[in-house]
Order: sequence, then structure tokens, then C-alpha cells
Amino acid sequence: MRSYLPSLVIISSLLALVVFGASQLNYTWQWGEIPQYLAENEDGTWYRGALIYGLTETVKISSLSLASALLGGLLLAGGRTHLYWSLRIPSEAFFKMVRNTPLLVQLYVTYFIFGPILDLDRFWVAVLSLSAFHAAYLAPIFQSGLDSIPKGQAEAAQSLGLPKLNTYLEILLPQALRVVLPACTNEAVNLIKNSALLSAIAIFELTTEGKDIVADTFMSFEIWLTVGALYLLITIPLSSTAIYLEKRLKS
Amino acid sequence: MSASQTTTPAIQLENVEKWFGTFHALKNVSLSIPDGQRVVICGPSGSGKSTLIRCMNLLETPQSGSIFANRQQIWPRPQNLSEIRRELGMVFQQFNLFPHLTILQNLTLAPIRVRKATRSEAREEAMAFLQRVKIADQADKYPGELSGGQQQRAAIARSLCMKPKVMLFDEPTSALDPEMIAEVLDVMSSLAQESMTMVCVTHEMGFAREVADRVIFMDQGEIVEDRPPTDFFGNPESPRAKVFLSRILRH
Repeated sequence: MRSYLPSLVIISSLLALVVFGASQLNYTWQWGEIPQYLAENEDGTWYRGALIYGLTETVKISSLSLASALLGGLLLAGGRTHLYWSLRIPSEAFFKMVRNTPLLVQLYVTYFIFGPILDLDRFWVAVLSLSAFHAAYLAPIFQSGLDSIPKGQAEAAQSLGLPKLNTYLEILLPQALRVVLPACTNEAVNLIKNSALLSAIAIFELTTEGKDIVADTFMSFEIWLTVGALYLLITIPLSSTAIYLEKRLKS
Repeated sequence: MSASQTTTPAIQLENVEKWFGTFHALKNVSLSIPDGQRVVICGPSGSGKSTLIRCMNLLETPQSGSIFANRQQIWPRPQNLSEIRRELGMVFQQFNLFPHLTILQNLTLAPIRVRKATRSEAREEAMAFLQRVKIADQADKYPGELSGGQQQRAAIARSLCMKPKVMLFDEPTSALDPEMIAEVLDVMSSLAQESMTMVCVTHEMGFAREVADRVIFMDQGEIVEDRPPTDFFGNPESPRAKVFLSRILRH
């Protein structure tokens, strides 16, 4: 049995610090106001409160972006190592640009430049920026996964006459995914956290909603603590699932 | 089985040169192997024997010379390389089974994808080959659950599923525990009795003596001796072969 005692001690002292600090600042807690931002009941039907609306928006954008980032990362990794050398130069250039500029700047560039040119609304600007950014980080992860597969695997596939694409999709990739699953989940968590930056282009995701409520009510302590907890609500299960999968795949 | 030999060779190498950086692995090697012949290639490590057999299905690409397999050119590289490769079964020292697929899936993948066999045909054939190498009861296990000898027999069966005209063995027993070598050699001997064209890099001199029509002795990237096994073992011509044999047969 693992002992939970140390973590309990740390968490409760942090809580104590917040409670004590708030009283020093004469902060008036208004936790009673929070539930309306989670869910509202009007005439017997439940509606999503602003924070839960923001959370679903965050989940929606993040999962769409994650799906396309995974696909983009795979293509980039394939482009950089395996498939066709003509893909190598453009993917290398993309890779260098995305990894060496701030995400916030990329977001603005996409929003103010590519958005109008390509006639994208802000939702797709958000998805495009997030997925491009994380594709550039997933690519080397996939690549290291592919590199970890012994050379003999590709040779065996070649000597059976399997075409390149089948070798990649059916032999190398499934084995590589096993290796990179924990790192990918890490990236998924990073992506969800980075989606908070979308508040800069007025996407109504969780952080934007939190900011708006705080601007209206000045309940900064309660709202930001709740927003933090809501992020944890999706990121913690995600990382635990990955740990579980990793263990199961190993056996 | 010399009755099945024809005049056009199954494998033909002409003036093949192979360099690894500054290391001259194959020095102007020419070799012709008729249909149905069983050839054993031996020699000290670093003599180029693995490079030679890996050139036969172009897992190594030479710098110059030409290579024909089953009367088709495979070097200089043709367009339909993978079509030619499927007729050349290859068995590796490290087995190179696909660890994420069951034994049966390992055997059926290439026939289904490459030869366009139906799933049930492929299964049936695969089970017949597994029966032959005496591991039909392991069909639904993963490679990691099998012993080395069983894995190598599965790998041989996997190659046979593609109905190759030539089988290439690259040190098939070198990674095996001594008690498992015999079971793999038995399978190879039974293949030899069916007048399959076989090329085998091995240190198993007993196997060479019993099964081979021809022994090729290599040293320092050159073919030093190329004679029937009785001559080679009874009366090696070159001092290098004498030294090699005295070292190997002493044990």
C-alpha cells in the first residue's frame, strides 16, 4: 500500500495557507455564489452555468485539436524520416517555425492573418493553431518511438514484400505508439492547458468565462480556484488513464 | 536433387562491390546459384557472408555490380522490387517476428496484404505451415510467449506462407540456446528435402555436411572456396579455410 500521508499533509497545509491568507486580507468568501456558474435551474430544467459551458467548450476544442495534432504529428514524423524525401523540407520548415515562436504569437498570426485570408471563424482559428503547435511537439515524440523499433522489423516486412505504407501503418506505428503513449498523454494535458491562451482571441472557453465572471463579480479567489479545479477534473483522469494503459500494454 | 536444377540461376550476382564507409565488405563478388540448390555460406565474422546474403534480396544495396533473383533484376533497383522480394523468403538471426501480432497474424499479414489471399485461405495455409514446423498449438500466442526455437520456426513458417521460390537464412541458429538449435535445423533439413532453393549463412557445419550441395567459404569480402561439402570438409584448399575449419570443428 502506498502511503497518502505526505500528500495529505501538503494539500491541507496549502488549503490552510489560502484560508489564513484570505482572512488576513479580509477577503469575504462567497462560495454560495459559485453553484450558479456551474448549473442553473430555471422552471424545473437545468442549464449549464457559464463555467460548465466554458469547460465543455474547452473539451470540445481540445479534443478536436488533439485529434488533428496527432494526425499532423504522425504525418510530420513520417515526412521527416520514413516516407518521401520531398516531404522532408516543408515539414522541417514548419517544425522549425512552430517550435521557435511563442504560441500566443502564432495564435495572433493565425487569427489576424490566416483567419481573414482563409475565411476561418475564430473557433477554427483556435483549433488550427493549437493542433499545429502540438503537432510540432508530437512529431519528435512519434519519431523517437519509430526510431526505437529495431531495424529488423522493417527488414522482415520488406522481405515479405509488404509495401512501405503497410509497413509503416501495420508494423512500425503500432509498436511505436505503445512506446510513446505516456509522452503523448503528456502532450494532451499540455494542449488542454494551452487552450487557456485562447482567451486572447475571445473564444469562450473555461479561462475566458472565469475572467469574465471575475470582472463582473470580483470573486477572484473562488472563481480561479474553481476554474483550476475544473481543469484538474479533466487532466487528472487523462494522465491516470495513460498510466493504466501503459501498465496494461507492458504486461 | 540435382535433377531439378536448371541452367538459369535462381540467384545471380555479378561483380558486386559493397563498402561500409571505408570498410570493403564485398570485393568484386560473382556468384550463381541454380534452382533447387542448397548452398551454405560460412566464414569468420566480418568476412562479408551476412552482407552477401542480405544483398540477395537487397536489404543491403551494393555500390556496383548487378544482382538477379528468380531471373529478375533486383540491382540496380527496379520499380517492382517488393514484387520480387516476396518470392525470396528471409529468415533472420533475431527472428524479427512482429511482437504486437499473434503468431497466426504474423503468418497471415503478408499473404492477405500482398498476395491478396482471403482471410480464411491465409489462415488455413498458415495453420498448415505451423503444423509442419510443429507449433500449431502456439498459433494464438504472441511471439514473446514462445521460446527462441519456436519463434524461429514461426519465422520460417511466416516466410513459407509467401510461397517463396528461394529461402535465405541469415545465421538462423546463432541466437538460439544450444538445445533449440536442433529443432530449427530439422525444419530446415525437411525444407531441403523438398528441393527448395536455399541459401544459408551458418556455422552449423554438421548441417552443411548433411544438407548442402555446395559450401561457399568467405574471408575478407571474397569467396575463397566454393566446393561440394565433402571436398570442402575433407580437403580444404586454402590456408584460410583450413584455419577456419580447425577452429570451428575443434569444438
